[in-house]
Amino acid sequence: MLRGRILLLAGIVLTGASLAACGAPRGSASGTLTVYSGQHLQTSLALVSAFESETGIKVKVRSADEAVLASQLMIEGARSPADVFLAGNSPAIEAVAAKGLLSPLPPSTLSQVPGSDSSPQGDWVGVSARVAVLAYATHALASSQLPRSVMDLATPKWKGKIGLAPTESDFKPIVTSVELRYGHDAALKWLEGLKANAGGHLYPDNEALISAINRGAVELGVLNQYYWYRLAAQLGTRSMSSAVATFNDGDAGYVLSISGAGVLASTKQPAAAQRFVAFLVSPRGQSIIAHSGSFEYPIAHGASTPAGEPAFSTLHPAPLSVGELGTGANALALLREAQLL
Amino acid sequence: MSDTLLDTAHSSTLNAHGLSSNATQRGRPWGLVVAAWAVALTALAPIGFLLLESWRAGWAAITAVLFRHLTVSLLVNTIEMTVLVTAIAAVLGVGAAWLLERTDLPFRRFFFVALLIPAAIPDFIETFGWVGVWPALRGLWGAVFVLSLAVYPFVMLPVVAGLRRIDQGREEVARSLGSSTLRTFVRVTLPELAVPIAGGCLVVALQLLAEYGSFQILGFRTFTTEIFAAFQVGFDAAAAAALSLVLVLLSAVLVRCEAAAGQGGRSLMTSEGLAPRRLALGRLRPFATLLALALVGLALVVPVGEIIRLLAHPGPALLPSASIWSPLGHTVLYAALAGVLAVSGATVVALCSHRTRGWLTRLPSAASLVPLAVPGVVVALAFTFMAEHYFQGRLYQTSTLLVVAYAVMFLPLALVGIRASLSQVPVSLNEVAASLGVRPLAQFFSITLPLIAPGIGVGFALVFLTTLTELTATLVLIPTGVQTLATQFWSYQSNLAYGQAAPYAAAMIVVAALPLALVSGLGLRRGRRS
Repeated sequence: MLRGRILLLAGIVLTGASLAACGAPRGSASGTLTVYSGQHLQTSLALVSAFESETGIKVKVRSADEAVLASQLMIEGARSPADVFLAGNSPAIEAVAAKGLLSPLPPSTLSQVPGSDSSPQGDWVGVSARVAVLAYATHALASSQLPRSVMDLATPKWKGKIGLAPTESDFKPIVTSVELRYGHDAALKWLEGLKANAGGHLYPDNEALISAINRGAVELGVLNQYYWYRLAAQLGTRSMSSAVATFNDGDAGYVLSISGAGVLASTKQPAAAQRFVAFLVSPRGQSIIAHSGSFEYPIAHGASTPAGEPAFSTLHPAPLSVGELGTGANALALLREAQLL
Repeated sequence: MSDTLLDTAHSSTLNAHGLSSNATQRGRPWGLVVAAWAVALTALAPIGFLLLESWRAGWAAITAVLFRHLTVSLLVNTIEMTVLVTAIAAVLGVGAAWLLERTDLPFRRFFFVALLIPAAIPDFIETFGWVGVWPALRGLWGAVFVLSLAVYPFVMLPVVAGLRRIDQGREEVARSLGSSTLRTFVRVTLPELAVPIAGGCLVVALQLLAEYGSFQILGFRTFTTEIFAAFQVGFDAAAAAALSLVLVLLSAVLVRCEAAAGQGGRSLMTSEGLAPRRLALGRLRPFATLLALALVGLALVVPVGEIIRLLAHPGPALLPSASIWSPLGHTVLYAALAGVLAVSGATVVALCSHRTRGWLTRLPSAASLVPLAVPGVVVALAFTFMAEHYFQGRLYQTSTLLVVAYAVMFLPLALVGIRASLSQVPVSLNEVAASLGVRPLAQFFSITLPLIAPGIGVGFALVFLTTLTELTATLVLIPTGVQTLATQFWSYQSNLAYGQAAPYAAAMIVVAALPLALVSGLGLRRGRRS
């Protein structure tokens, strides 16, 4: 009995001591930047280590889903431990900017990339881009049989053949684009057509969608180009049973989505944080993005294209600015109306 | 004839039990009640956050999210899946426990561990493995198939603990009076196991309500997947809060059902010093062995085989590789601390509510069960909110808050095990001690604690295993720059680098062997002798 009691007491003391040790104040030691990153891990880590070796400033990365990070930043408000937010898609960072949580960036940073690729208010700068494409199973379809517009996918011809990932944050910009061009009612009809054509083939994310297309579970789907290139890097290009194609030039489904970075207004190290964001759009940072295996396009003036992909300059996406894409509130309402969310 | 005898035997134990419970209807020490309420209020804090968020969003925003066709289909999906999986898990769990504890099944030690390990395999890895082998697995039936295999150990473990505790004499009396094996099991053994079975089923059902990763892979939509979608697409905490409140209501219903089911539980201690007596399976032995092997194959070999296949053929490294040691150390530390904290809290709550009827003493126990049904990310954002608004952000993203959040989320796992073993402690022992003038605290240490040690061991093991694999709350609350095995697995897996994710999955399963060894080697065996 006594032994049990001593053990228990020892346990309690040890737990208390460990918890106290764990509870040391959070390490926002000056000189260490905290970056909330919804970007792909490999890109974030490669950028951070290059920045650290160039400037001697230490960086800690908090990697999670961009939407969860955005929700966190909104709850944290003025006390956020984050110095920099690097998002995957523009709506996430626009939502944070709309709450007034980002501080303006200097013209020297903003001027590195085309003006339409950054926040209209200058709160954040575009860092890289992804483009929506059609991925299709090559055993089922030839490139000549593919629909030329994203609107065609809602016609009965594709019933039972398409897969859809409606809860994927990359899908929202496409919905916004369709709504801007054709209006709310047509966009809703289009979504309902897509939903009917997809039937049970609703996927949770684009990783699942590209895998389904590649193994032939569905014939085609719309997703960002890099999912296909990454799967090809994983499996080997020659063993791929799928391919990608773009829609007609300027089609509503041919959407360029921007990944952006901004400095939190609450940061205690504005200079270092600004330096980090400037580094992301510098020639060095952009070259890392092109070669980190994430297959996203760097977008600064004069940046090169990742190997294996069509040159960025040959793309002809729909003429949409990130301002027009906004926070995606309309797209969300449409997805809810179509009962896809 | 034997029926009547059995009934008489039952009613006499019931009477004895009823008398003694009435005798213990005394007030609890105030310190215990206050401590129990403190635990319960901490556990309910996330639900307070949900109410606050919903309140701020307003009624119109909530109705817009909740009163739609989609909500009905989500509700149907969620309930169908929860009921089916829980029922199948109960059959598998009780069946496996009975084979292990009451029969001469060969290789019992091996089977015990092999049948328990699936508890340590994260549900999303179990699903990931199965979908790799059987890509057509989708929807309701896919979810029912995979999840049943993933969760039955949560029923099996408390039932094994229960079987080791209850008096085997009555089963033998029943058999000697001519009752068949099946009849004895149904009429004598099962009623005595009401508390552990109901507790195990509750834990399973609550976890299913909050499950995310598996259903995401299987393309099956529940309230929880929709809550994540609300975050992902809308950055919409209000919609997520409204949907979460539905989960809270569902879990309150479940807790109520469990309380009702567990009330019939009655038991006596095992006879002192006797070795367990096992039923000879005879000609059925090979058949029973095959059944156990089949379950091990489906629940363990297939998913683990997929991980091993990925380890053997990892493909090209897509991402910079990272050391496994730091995530491993942090994971073990967090899981152990969360286990100790949850077990301590659960013991306090269980003691407070044990054999009483007043709301003041019973409510903490019911309230502490609810958070298990709330998705991790929601609990984590609730803690974020509280840290920022009431503690000036002081504890936010520290290991302390992370461990507290784990303990709150998984306290129900500990509570169920401890309540089950408390229900089997004979009241008379404490009464004798009290009549001899032994003070309550001394009674706890010298009588109750040693007797509920198996329940505490099981509770610790379950919390440890579940914390090991927790992902969505961890991503929000972990100190920046620190990784756990689950976060590293996610980093790689969500970027299609399956080969690089596999070592972390393997490490999670290996680490899970620690508490399993503890449970099978120490906690449960001690219970037999004490």
